[in-house]
Amino acid sequence: MSEATTHDAHDHHDHGPAKGLMRWVTTTNHKDIGTLYLLFSLLMFFVGGAMAMVIRAELFAPGMQIVDPYFFNQMTTNHALIMIFGAVMPAFVGLANWLLPMMIGAPDMALPRMNNWSFWILPFAFSMLIGTLFMDGGAPAAGWTIYPPLVLQTGDAFPFMIFAIHMMGISSVMGAINVIATILNMRAPGMTLMKMPLFVWTWLITAYLLIAVMPVLAGAVTMLLTDKYFHTSFFTAAGGGDPVMYQHIFWFFGHPEVYILILPAFGIVSQIIPTFARKQLFGYSSMVYATASIAFLSFIVWAHHMFTVGMPVAGELFFMYATMLIAVPTGVKVFNWVSTMWKGSMTFETPMLFALGFVVLFTIGGFSGLMLAIAPSDFQYHDTYFVVAHFHYVLVTGAIYAIMAGTYYWLPKWTGHMYNETLGKWHFWLSTITVNILFFPQHFLGLAGMPRRIPDYSVQFAEFNMISSIGGFAFGLSQLMFAYIVISTIRGGKKASDQVWDGAKGLEWTLPSPPPYHSFTEAPEVK
Amino acid sequence: MSVNTEPKLSTARLVARLGLVVVAMFGFGYVMVPIYDVFCDITGLNGKTSDEVATAPVIVDTSRTVTVEFDATLNEYMQWEFAPEVHKVTVHPGELKTVNYRVRNRMDQDVNGQAVPSVAPGQAAEYLKKTECFCFTQQTLKAGEVRDMPVTFFIDPALPDDVHVVSLSYTFFDLAKLASHP
Repeated sequence: MSEATTHDAHDHHDHGPAKGLMRWVTTTNHKDIGTLYLLFSLLMFFVGGAMAMVIRAELFAPGMQIVDPYFFNQMTTNHALIMIFGAVMPAFVGLANWLLPMMIGAPDMALPRMNNWSFWILPFAFSMLIGTLFMDGGAPAAGWTIYPPLVLQTGDAFPFMIFAIHMMGISSVMGAINVIATILNMRAPGMTLMKMPLFVWTWLITAYLLIAVMPVLAGAVTMLLTDKYFHTSFFTAAGGGDPVMYQHIFWFFGHPEVYILILPAFGIVSQIIPTFARKQLFGYSSMVYATASIAFLSFIVWAHHMFTVGMPVAGELFFMYATMLIAVPTGVKVFNWVSTMWKGSMTFETPMLFALGFVVLFTIGGFSGLMLAIAPSDFQYHDTYFVVAHFHYVLVTGAIYAIMAGTYYWLPKWTGHMYNETLGKWHFWLSTITVNILFFPQHFLGLAGMPRRIPDYSVQFAEFNMISSIGGFAFGLSQLMFAYIVISTIRGGKKASDQVWDGAKGLEWTLPSPPPYHSFTEAPEVK
Repeated sequence: MSVNTEPKLSTARLVARLGLVVVAMFGFGYVMVPIYDVFCDITGLNGKTSDEVATAPVIVDTSRTVTVEFDATLNEYMQWEFAPEVHKVTVHPGELKTVNYRVRNRMDQDVNGQAVPSVAPGQAAEYLKKTECFCFTQQTLKAGEVRDMPVTFFIDPALPDDVHVVSLSYTFFDLAKLASHP
């Protein structure tokens, strides 16, 4: 990508990137930082994925065979932390960096130096987190929700995990402030809020969610830190605290967090489907309002993650109904995507395949979410593999499918090269078949009562676990294709046109492919 | 930058405001602690009983009975034996009752402990009143000492009609080991 940008930057007012490795360390260019974020996220995707392979290998058959239970718990904990904070969130920030300025006709992000810092904190945060695997007492193993009192038993890794989470939080909050400042202050003349592409809208709302809840997580983990080392009793019953309060504070962050992981995905899909249906997005303004409603509702549903703590019935009912209400704006979105395709002249290139996979499979995840929202039945599903199946449908075939769709969609724009369409389609079909073999049986396991985060299980769960593990290994291997396709497209390939896709609309497609190092130094005219 | 529509707020002021939101939300996380305590006091959400000594009841509601179950738990670092003398009693609301817990220090040194009560269902917590309880103060047991610790309680007659069983659970914490885990 870097080479291509250098050679094609033939604008007179333009100066290309600095030479050598220091370019990447000192860069303040939104495209460079976007690339760094995306490559970092790809790396973390494989690190977190390797941990998932350990989990599925251990669960291949009943009994203990490969790892000891404590290491198994370290794997589930770190798989989740790395995938959420290291793969999905940085991928969205990378996409935002690359695309927001090009979509709103701005020359760069509003705060380019802070942008550099936001990225470069991350490798340190994750080195610290992954480094705990080699410490006395091992890595954190209390689950990604790090509930006390269990998490307070973590060994030397404990403060490293807390500070790693602080650093991830600081990075995403700075990224979010940058996104808001860019969108509110840097739009080209004529680019009114209601003309912004939907990816920009969903990111604006996501950024507000980030600055509202990441500090709450920082507060919660700081309380854990002081409980362990400084004699406070926020969550220690003997000192007057309450461990259940941690769950309330955590999920006050945690529920908006799951929308942080999905709203930008909604934005990506809303860019891709109109392109390949060759129609305008159906119900643009309802999409904007639906996104805002989901964001608002996300603040008042947190306790549906903790129906079994012994809440009064009135509380259970409130959180149940409020949660179900979220299905309404989400339904508006799904129906809008379907209506956009209605009578469209559709073609099925790889980005469209992933976007369609997203719509179908994310909806399955949404429905299992509705089942979990029903308080009385949640007592049966709580902490079982049904929950695992649910959130993997919304995060893997939701968030990650959207990120892959977006990568295939904009990669020709970024690199100037077309990716290999045949390989892309293979990647899609292999992923889609295997991901369903991987996660669909987990619904049945959960309904039959198999608990999550347990390395061994009763023999009646053996068949479905074996099927799920086979799907898991095949899905993991299929993702190597993705890395191969992306890297080979960066290195070369058929020249991409400026518009790339014949139905593509929006400012980013008016720029050359690849875009010059500095784009829109003169604001474009938006009609 | 050649944007000619002036933004309403300069970037510096916008960033300052957003930074303020971040600081405020960090504080909000901490404000949730007292809010939660007050909320639980009112609703009995977390099953905490009152620390105050209740005055003995006047009326006894003989028209119904409530089963009170007793539970004893030791925190992970506590090296005591701890069990109630009886596992359940049936009382009329308003009736005063005393139940002993047998406690033995298995250590060869003095240990300072604190019992923390919890009531299930949580809504019943405010109706379980104690006139005397070993949980009101810290308890020090000498090495090998055995002691019977009484709790005297009654069920407030205002207890909702649909509650028939109330569980009272105590967890003993070793105060010395609590602050710094090994």
